[in-house]
This record gives sequence, structure tokens and C-alpha cells, in this order.
Amino acid sequence: MRNRGPFAIALFVALCATILFLILPIVAIFADTPPGELIESLGEARARDALWLSLRTTLAAIAVIVVIGTPAAYLLATREFRGKAAIVTAIELPLVLPPAAAGIGLLAAFGPQGILGGALEGAGIELVLQTAGVVVALTFVAAPFYLRGAQAAFAAVDPALLDAARTLGASEARTFARVAIPCAGSGIGAGLALAWGRALGEFGATLMFAGSFQGITQTAPLAIFAGFSTDFSAALALSAVLVAASAALLLSVKLLGRSSLGGVGA
Amino acid sequence: MIWSRGLLVALSLLIAGCGEDGEPGAGSSELVISAASSLEPAFTAYVETAGIDAKQSFAGSDDLAAQIRQGVRPDIYAAANTSLPDALHEEGLVFEPVVFAGNELVLAVPAGSGIDSLDDLGGEEDLAIGDDGVPVGDYTREVVDRLPARLAEAILDSVGSREPDVAGIVGKLSQGAVDAGFVYVTDVVATDGGLEAIELPRKLQPEVAYGIAIVEGAENPEGAQAFIDGLLDGGGEQALLDAGFLPPPGG
Repeated sequence: MRNRGPFAIALFVALCATILFLILPIVAIFADTPPGELIESLGEARARDALWLSLRTTLAAIAVIVVIGTPAAYLLATREFRGKAAIVTAIELPLVLPPAAAGIGLLAAFGPQGILGGALEGAGIELVLQTAGVVVALTFVAAPFYLRGAQAAFAAVDPALLDAARTLGASEARTFARVAIPCAGSGIGAGLALAWGRALGEFGATLMFAGSFQGITQTAPLAIFAGFSTDFSAALALSAVLVAASAALLLSVKLLGRSSLGGVGA
Repeated sequence: MIWSRGLLVALSLLIAGCGEDGEPGAGSSELVISAASSLEPAFTAYVETAGIDAKQSFAGSDDLAAQIRQGVRPDIYAAANTSLPDALHEEGLVFEPVVFAGNELVLAVPAGSGIDSLDDLGGEEDLAIGDDGVPVGDYTREVVDRLPARLAEAILDSVGSREPDVAGIVGKLSQGAVDAGFVYVTDVVATDGGLEAIELPRKLQPEVAYGIAIVEGAENPEGAQAFIDGLLDGGGEQALLDAGFLPPPGG
């Protein structure tokens, strides 16, 4: 604090500008409309359907991601093999992919005219315009967040612990379930919360791949966009709910991060 | 896609605004246009052939109107109906609108589809239509309301997606995600044979009229007026006709 040169002032100004810029739009969502009106808007059928659909589809996507992603992340964290770096990069790509590109990609892969379109149709699986298609889009964009978190968490587990379990006669599967997962628990939880947040906010890929229909494919972000021109206060109210949910998820990430620093975190 | 266009409007306005500071010449600044999705081919051709320096953003007319209500200030607002420009005019956000083109609502199907008329709908087919409040959606509702109740109900039951603009409907159609959709005949013309238009019976056809207005507080009102004049009688009119638009109805 002694050195209040121009550089220190510049740093301070930059931080203030950053905070203002990032906080203002979020404050504005709550400041624009009185809380009573916001809550009232949430009673409308379109808003309720959208929130309920968002809850169901994000939970389904998270379930798929956890069931398949956890063992996959464990393998990536505990084994070395050729081409591993390339695989890790490839599965992280959706993290930075523009949502519109994700939507086109999903159509080109799983759409009626896509690479797997004929096979899916033969199997009687419909994704486009269906709730299942929303889950596919959410899973695609959110999975890398979980995979990254879980892989890092498994990699941080002391290999001596896993060896000890094996020495004591535990099978590989038992070591994974009873030692690795509990030890990596908080890191896995943090990855899960981030993935959930991303899934809740998904917009472009859902609209392009699954469409927008109330109660079937119109998730909360799509309802916000539909309400933008016809019912601004309902759009604000839904935005407020998403902001609150995202904040809760972020907070849980922070808390989980702290607990994992505190110890083995079982 | 649509929201990124919205961001583009904001950015282009920002950039246009910045350019203005250094260059006080009034008529020389570029024209910022917010126009209905269905106008994209015609306006793009007009701007290109007439050599107009324009930043255009295309989206659902209702979303563009909502942006203007939220303070976005393009020079020109062009909508696929007359009610949105009229409403903005009453709110004091745009100058007196004029009707500059007509269009025809059609049932669009992928080339080679087995659907030949409205009567073929209401079975297993999936439909994409415009959302309520989007002009193409409101016109579609007019058509459906004039149909016999059973067919109308069957058609609404087979709607799989309510899209925010015609671009969304055409996209769903050309990807085979839906079997049919209600769009304008100009949207079908723009696909170069990818889609086929099934004309609606005359008694079902709604009157599709496009309204355009200069936005209050436009940076470039002279350029905007020249652009509109060209649409009524000039290069713009030709581009509209080439794209399959009709002369303004009732004019």
C-alpha cells in the first residue's frame, strides 16, 4: 500500500471496471422489475413448463454424464497410453465450441440426414424435435466440464492409497468404487456442478438440434428468448431464476474446492 | 444464430458510432439496417448492386422490434408485417412507416416430398411454424384458423417446433428435421430448388405486407430515405421482384 504509483492506481481502476462490467447486467435483471412481478411472471404456463423441462433434461444429462463419464475419466487419469493427449484434447473441444457449431454438428451426426440418422431411425430412436434430443444436446456441451473435473480429481488421488487397497485384496472395481471415488469426491462434485451450470444455460445447440416447443423442447433459455419480444417481464423472471441457480452451483463449486484442500475429502 | 445476430447489431452500432466521430460528413456514413429474416436475399442483392455501404442484421421482426424498444438504434427497421412498425411508430420510436412489398405464405416441403396439399397434413408428418408474435407465425395462425376445425387441430397437433424466425423453419426443413413448414414463397425461391412451395388456396391466403420505417434518432436519415426510395422505385424494387416478392398490396 505504500507504493501508490500510477501503476498501482491503474491496477485498481482495472479491477473496478472489471467488477462493474461483470456485475451490472446481473444486478439489472433484478433491478428492472419489482420482485413481486417477477414471481408472478413465473406462474405463467410457459415459464413453469420451461423450468420443469430444464430441470428434467439437465438431470437426465447429468445422470448420463456421471454414469459414463466417471469410469472414462478414471481410465484417463490412471493409465498412460499412446494417443492419450489427443483423446483428452478431442473430448475437451466442446468446451470452446460455438453453440451454433455444436448444433450443426449434432444435426450432421444424429439428424435425420446425418451420419447416424438412418441407423437411429432403424432403431426407432427419434431425437430431433424430442425431449431426448434436448438431453443429447445438453450432454454434448456439458460433458467436457465434468470429464475435466473428474479426471483432475482422480489424478490427484495418491496412487499409494489405490495400491494399498489392491494389496489388501480389493479388486480393481472395488478399489475404484470404495477408494478412488470417495477420495476424489469433492473434485468430482465440483466438475458436476460446472457441467450442470453449462447444461442449464445451453441455448444454441438445443434450438438448432431439438427445436423449440413448449413443454417438449423449450428449455428455460429458449423460453427467455421467445419471451424477449412478447413478454419481457417473464423473460426477466426466468433469467433471474437461472442466475440464482447458476450462483448456487458456483457457490457449491467453491465450497467443494475448499473442502478438497482441507484433506483427503472422503 | 439469432442472438449472435443481435450481438452483431449492437457491435455494428458501436462501430458505426465510433466511425461517426472521426467523420462528420452526414451522408457518407454507413447505413445500419434491421430487417426481417425473409428480406435477407432481396436486401443483400439490393445493397450489393447499388453499392450501398450497409450493415444489415436479419432476425425475426418481433425480436428486432424488441431490440429497438430496448434502445438499439439502427437507421432502418423493415418488418414482415405492418403492425410491428405501426406499433413502434405509435410509441414514438420510428417515423411514419410505408408499405414497400408483399409476399405470399406457402406450405414448404423438401423437394420430392409426398405432400402435395394441406389435406395431406395432419398425419405422421412433423411441422415447423413461426412462434406467436413472429409475423410468419401470426400469418400461419390466420391460415389455420380458416381451415375446417378437424384439419386445423390435426395440423397444430403435428407442430414439432415453433421457430423464432423463417430462417429457423427453413433450416429445420432443409435438414429434414421436419416434413413441412409454413414460410414465404421468397424463402422457397432462395433455396434454389432445395424446397418446393405448395400454394395455399386463395381464400386461405393472408395479406402479407412489409412495412419499413426510419428509426427515430437514426445516425444516417438521408441514407435511410434514399434506401427506402430505391425500394419503392429503383434498384431495391427490382431486387425484391427478382427474389419473388410481390408489389405492395393495395397500392
